Amino acid sequence: MPTLQSKDLLGIETLSAEEITLILDTAEAMRSIGQRQIKKVPALRGKMVVNLFFEASTRTRFSFETAEKWLSADSLNFAAKGSSVEKGESLLDTARNLQAMSPDLIVIRHGTPGVPHFLARHLRAGVVNAGDGAHEHPTQALLDALTIRRHFGRIEGLRVAIVGDLAHSRVVRSNIWLLTKMGARVVVCAPPTLLPTRIEAMGVEATTDFDEALIGADVVMMLRMQLERQGSSRFPSAREYFKRYGLTASRLARANPEAVVMHPGPMNRGVEISSDVADSPRSLILEQVSNGVAVRMAVLYLLLTGHGWEGEG
Amino acid sequence: MTTRAATRLVIRGGRVIDPRAGVDAVLDVLLDAGSGTVESVGGRVPEEGAELLDAAGLLVFPGFIDLHAHLREPGREHAETIASGLKAAAAGGFTAVCAMPNTDPVMDNRAIVEYVVSKSRGVLGTRLYPIGAITRGQLGKELAEFGEMRIAGAVALSDDGKWLADGALLRHAFQHANLFDMPIVQHCEDPTLSGGAPMHEGAVSTRLGLNGQPAIAEAAAVARDLLVAELAGGRLHIAHLSTGRALSLVREAKSRGLAVTCEVTPHHLVLTDEEVARSGFSTNSKMNPPLREREDLEALIAGLEDGTVDAIATDHAPHHEDEKAVEFNVAPFGIVGLETAASLVYDGLVRTGRLSPGRFAALFSAGPAAAFRLGGGRLEPGSPADVTVFDPRALVTVDPARFESLSRNTPFAGRQLVGAPAATIVGGRVVWRRGDA
Repeated sequence: MPTLQSKDLLGIETLSAEEITLILDTAEAMRSIGQRQIKKVPALRGKMVVNLFFEASTRTRFSFETAEKWLSADSLNFAAKGSSVEKGESLLDTARNLQAMSPDLIVIRHGTPGVPHFLARHLRAGVVNAGDGAHEHPTQALLDALTIRRHFGRIEGLRVAIVGDLAHSRVVRSNIWLLTKMGARVVVCAPPTLLPTRIEAMGVEATTDFDEALIGADVVMMLRMQLERQGSSRFPSAREYFKRYGLTASRLARANPEAVVMHPGPMNRGVEISSDVADSPRSLILEQVSNGVAVRMAVLYLLLTGHGWEGEG
Repeated sequence: MTTRAATRLVIRGGRVIDPRAGVDAVLDVLLDAGSGTVESVGGRVPEEGAELLDAAGLLVFPGFIDLHAHLREPGREHAETIASGLKAAAAGGFTAVCAMPNTDPVMDNRAIVEYVVSKSRGVLGTRLYPIGAITRGQLGKELAEFGEMRIAGAVALSDDGKWLADGALLRHAFQHANLFDMPIVQHCEDPTLSGGAPMHEGAVSTRLGLNGQPAIAEAAAVARDLLVAELAGGRLHIAHLSTGRALSLVREAKSRGLAVTCEVTPHHLVLTDEEVARSGFSTNSKMNPPLREREDLEALIAGLEDGTVDAIATDHAPHHEDEKAVEFNVAPFGIVGLETAASLVYDGLVRTGRLSPGRFAALFSAGPAAAFRLGGGRLEPGSPADVTVFDPRALVTVDPARFESLSRNTPFAGRQLVGAPAATIVGGRVVWRRGDA
């Protein structure tokens, strides 16, 4: 029976293509649970999951909580603000306190890269990275992949353009690992001030020209432009941004005729994406959200049972 | 009363490497603890009336000098004390260490320098040379009293981790320091370029989603400091140089005859920024300057051999485990280095033929001695009887639990290294000897 190699899901970088396929196939099977009258299976009964969110999140946290509920896991939510230093408790103590409650799995979101890795080293429980700074957000990339695979029937050979604030994006990094491992061609595009140094080393093309990035694209993945960065040295104004990097219907016409539009949310309409595109039939944005629950059920299930899903038997 | 017999020490039959004297031969070294000086270096010395240290198969160097260590006392004695730091230094083969002034309170006046010196006198072991702050409180505003600190024993001046950005003040610091024959030691980092980022900017920082310091944050500061030093006619020593770009600037300045010296740390010679990824964001891979790229490392190694680099210095930066067990971006910079430096460089560079034993000796002894104009750095009759005896075949495994240092923050735990100090001799007395040697 195929399974995942690690007790943790810390990132896509360390997953194999086989493991990615296993998660996507499992998620595909899990999708049916959400379409039932009674949205609950006893698969993870008696398992305890702690959702540890050091950063604000609605969509990701709700998505994990929904997945936990539908699989009958017991879950505990812990919201904290700031760093260990501000709290006056070291990260190691946080980890030890958690361990003392004997959870089976920790889902963690934190503003600093590497915090999930630190916890994973110090906890017997499994750790799922729900976003660590600008590093990785593996379940987002997996739900994006499920969405793409369901739409096109494949990932291999597709051309995917990822556009926006790459410098601060964990979504782009996880997506680059996943899409390149699965045989897609990836082009990333950002304003020069938001294009990370030598991102090409991750196996992608990089450009600052949005129109060029769109040529031949099957998938256009827009990233959130954080409005609070307006007026900083990287980003003078939303108006200036939208003119060069906003996705409009006329710009989308440069992509393949069958191209679809994705966005991890939350969207800034009129900043990185116009409403006519976001709400068009070519937008898979809401499908991404539904697929998010299925992917998270798959991840929880695979990590907590150590084997694949055989249905309810 | 000690007898004459107890005061003389013969180091018998080791390979004596003293680059300043041009010596590389199997010789006996006779030390006199009474006067604290070398009595003779030459053919076989009869051991009658002297203690004998059999150095057959071992290397005998002028005592190692570390230009850059943080001993944390006063203020952070839970991480290191002068006593523990000097023991760690001795265990690392160092006969002298220079202590940085970023203590609490800052070592910016005569009283604190005197305190630190008096604490070191209570330790029979490695010598301590204090480095006073350039500015009061290391705040970069007003000059500290260089002359008063000099009287108390300070040998150099530095605001340590804080680059003195005010150009006019730096110019005056050089001029004033010349009155007392002291070098200005700069941590070259333009903070407006580095942004205080926790690692080097490059492909690895991009992959890991961490902010990076571009290499030129160092080179820009080096370029500015070289120009100010030239204008002021001052002596500039650049701490922990880490990039190829900055090294080229130093090489060019030296070729024009500027009074500039520089040091490189062992970790910048054996690790790259990949260590942050390899270690899974371990905060023991976080130091400032950050670990750089392969090409920087190669440039630094070339600089060791061609003489652009004057010294290997540890930047020994002890931090308590609790201070490091936090998020990567808020963890303090720095690692301990005194007890691993010589082995890391010997194993990584000398054993692999990339650095000659003579340059190895110079970078740990004559080079640092000359940079700060300290005694030592040579083994000739009348020079200080400070000697590092080194076993080039010793196989050691880095075990932080056995460190003399109070802190354990090293990225090298578990590393197997060939070559280690066998004995450390200060003023003619053996102050440390390897237990299993």
